[in-house]
Amino acid sequence: MTDLTTTGPSAAQPADRTPQWHLQGEQTAPVMVLSGTWQARAGNIPVFPKDGLKKAPGAHLSFQTSDLQVWDTGLVAFLWDLKRVAHDAGISLDMQTLPGPMRQLLELLPEVPDEPVHHKTARTPFLETVGNHAIASMTEVGVVSELGALTAKGAVLTLLGRSRMRMVDLLANTADAGPYALLIVGIVNFLIGAILAFVGAVELQKFAAGIYVASLVGIAMVREMAAVMTAIIMAGRTGGAYAARISTMQGNEEIDALNVFGIPTSTYLILPAVLSLIITMPFLYLYGCLIGMLGGFVVAISMLDITAAGYFHQTVTAFGIGQFIFGFTKSLVFGAFIGLTSCRIGLKAGRSAADVGIAATRAVVVGIVGVIAIDAIFAVIADVLGI
Amino acid sequence: MPDQTVLSLRDITLSFGPKIIQKNISLDVRKGSIFAVMGGSGCGKSTLLKSMIGLLRPSAGEYHVGDENYWAGDEAHRTDLNHRFGVLFQSGALWSSMTVGENIALPLQMFTDLKPSVIRRLVELKLGFVGMLQAIDLYPSEISGGMCKRAGLARALALDPDILFFDEPSAGLDPITSARLDDLILNLRDGLGATIVIVSHELPSLFHIADDGIFLDARTKTPIAHGSPRDLRDNCTDPQVHAFMHRERDEEGKT
Repeated sequence: MTDLTTTGPSAAQPADRTPQWHLQGEQTAPVMVLSGTWQARAGNIPVFPKDGLKKAPGAHLSFQTSDLQVWDTGLVAFLWDLKRVAHDAGISLDMQTLPGPMRQLLELLPEVPDEPVHHKTARTPFLETVGNHAIASMTEVGVVSELGALTAKGAVLTLLGRSRMRMVDLLANTADAGPYALLIVGIVNFLIGAILAFVGAVELQKFAAGIYVASLVGIAMVREMAAVMTAIIMAGRTGGAYAARISTMQGNEEIDALNVFGIPTSTYLILPAVLSLIITMPFLYLYGCLIGMLGGFVVAISMLDITAAGYFHQTVTAFGIGQFIFGFTKSLVFGAFIGLTSCRIGLKAGRSAADVGIAATRAVVVGIVGVIAIDAIFAVIADVLGI
Repeated sequence: MPDQTVLSLRDITLSFGPKIIQKNISLDVRKGSIFAVMGGSGCGKSTLLKSMIGLLRPSAGEYHVGDENYWAGDEAHRTDLNHRFGVLFQSGALWSSMTVGENIALPLQMFTDLKPSVIRRLVELKLGFVGMLQAIDLYPSEISGGMCKRAGLARALALDPDILFFDEPSAGLDPITSARLDDLILNLRDGLGATIVIVSHELPSLFHIADDGIFLDARTKTPIAHGSPRDLRDNCTDPQVHAFMHRERDEEGKT
């Protein structure tokens, strides 16, 4: 008969407050004696050693818990260790010797825990990643074009009265993308005009050509800045909002509900969104031009020795209608681009809260980068055509 | 088990602005009991639960948790009391940016000084209770609705609360999973000695587990019956309670 008395690591510490355990009795009928205070929050719950029980198939382990003070799930964690070790050693536990609550909790816990499922983090080679990205972006271009075509078709059908876009949605979207954006578009364009005038004034004054500040600000605003800056603001403001709203609808299964009813998302969701931007962007562009020139005017008048009438005259003669049409067209394209991409990103998003954040971020980034890229393409075309 | 009151509501009125949801709610939840909040849809069951876990201040009445007046203290005081609560929300309400394991670890990381290895062990234990150990490294979007609920239960248990609140625990679960969840709730109540408040209209499950309760009426906006669901089914004479308890029971008899 071998005595099997083993003591837990904490037995040497002062009694009562610490969790203590030891095994006693012979190998065939060991007894687990538990005493002290076992609380998970104290952080001192011992781990039952993996080799704590010698192999003794058929043996029966019973418990003695009369000296136990206070216990909570910490003790159950320890007993679970014991349960697993006992299972491996072929020892059965005499559950009846445990107090009822402890037994009930321990019975919930499996002897052989299921292996955690891990994420497959397969590393793809660099070239493959590049290739995947390339294919994905090309697909995306195709999908967005298709979406644009569907939306345009929806617009035509709506015009012919064979499909429905709710005017309420269009009005709400237009109000949000138009009047409510006036303040921020105004502030930004005013400052851009003022900054251009500052930079121009400093240099042009050296050649006593201060009056050309008016042409500089006018051409820059009409040709580039008003359209681009307004588009960037709208990409952040409205594009982000569209993507967040549509991806939240995705999470709430609202998009699924639309699909089941056969209400096309392109007419119901995307068309009002895109149309509202196409309607408001040109107006915002014109407004941005005017405010930008006003910004330039304020700076020029206060810094340079020129008259208001002179500035006005110089501005009017600086650019022709062609420049205006150029900027105007760009703002239309930007509006359609922002509306389509942000809706597409919202529709593609996942269904969790984190995915809404990702969709909003992506819509803003794609919107801004896309607007600048399209602007560059326009610059090249303008150069070739000599506008 | 001592007949000790853990939660007590006195003449509580719940309202959103001028709109009254329920008035004159008085109830006592005994320690170790499973208390059911019943009533038809839209009667304010979930609102009552919200108020009991501190998300909605009642417009009148007193709410005591143990000996403490819940709404009399400041925010910090309420947070302390809330640490006695574990809440299982209707759809689990797992934080979607974290894995299941991290969801359960977060309260432990925030409110205890335990070492990461100890926290991991406790997280495994809590997931073991609900039989979800295999999902510890998965994200909530990768597991099913029933699993989300069980993981939510494991998270509710994270800080070893002595009062558990369940909002529609079996809604959207199949009968077998739902029955298993009932057994789990009973086991946890007996094992942890916890008190459980449960909002539900799943009658079979209420008859099985609840031993006390309150019935809220949507029309009069006030509680119309107190007692365990079984007792209300057999003895309550109020026609509305009777209808609620029996229609479902008849159907149960048929199928």
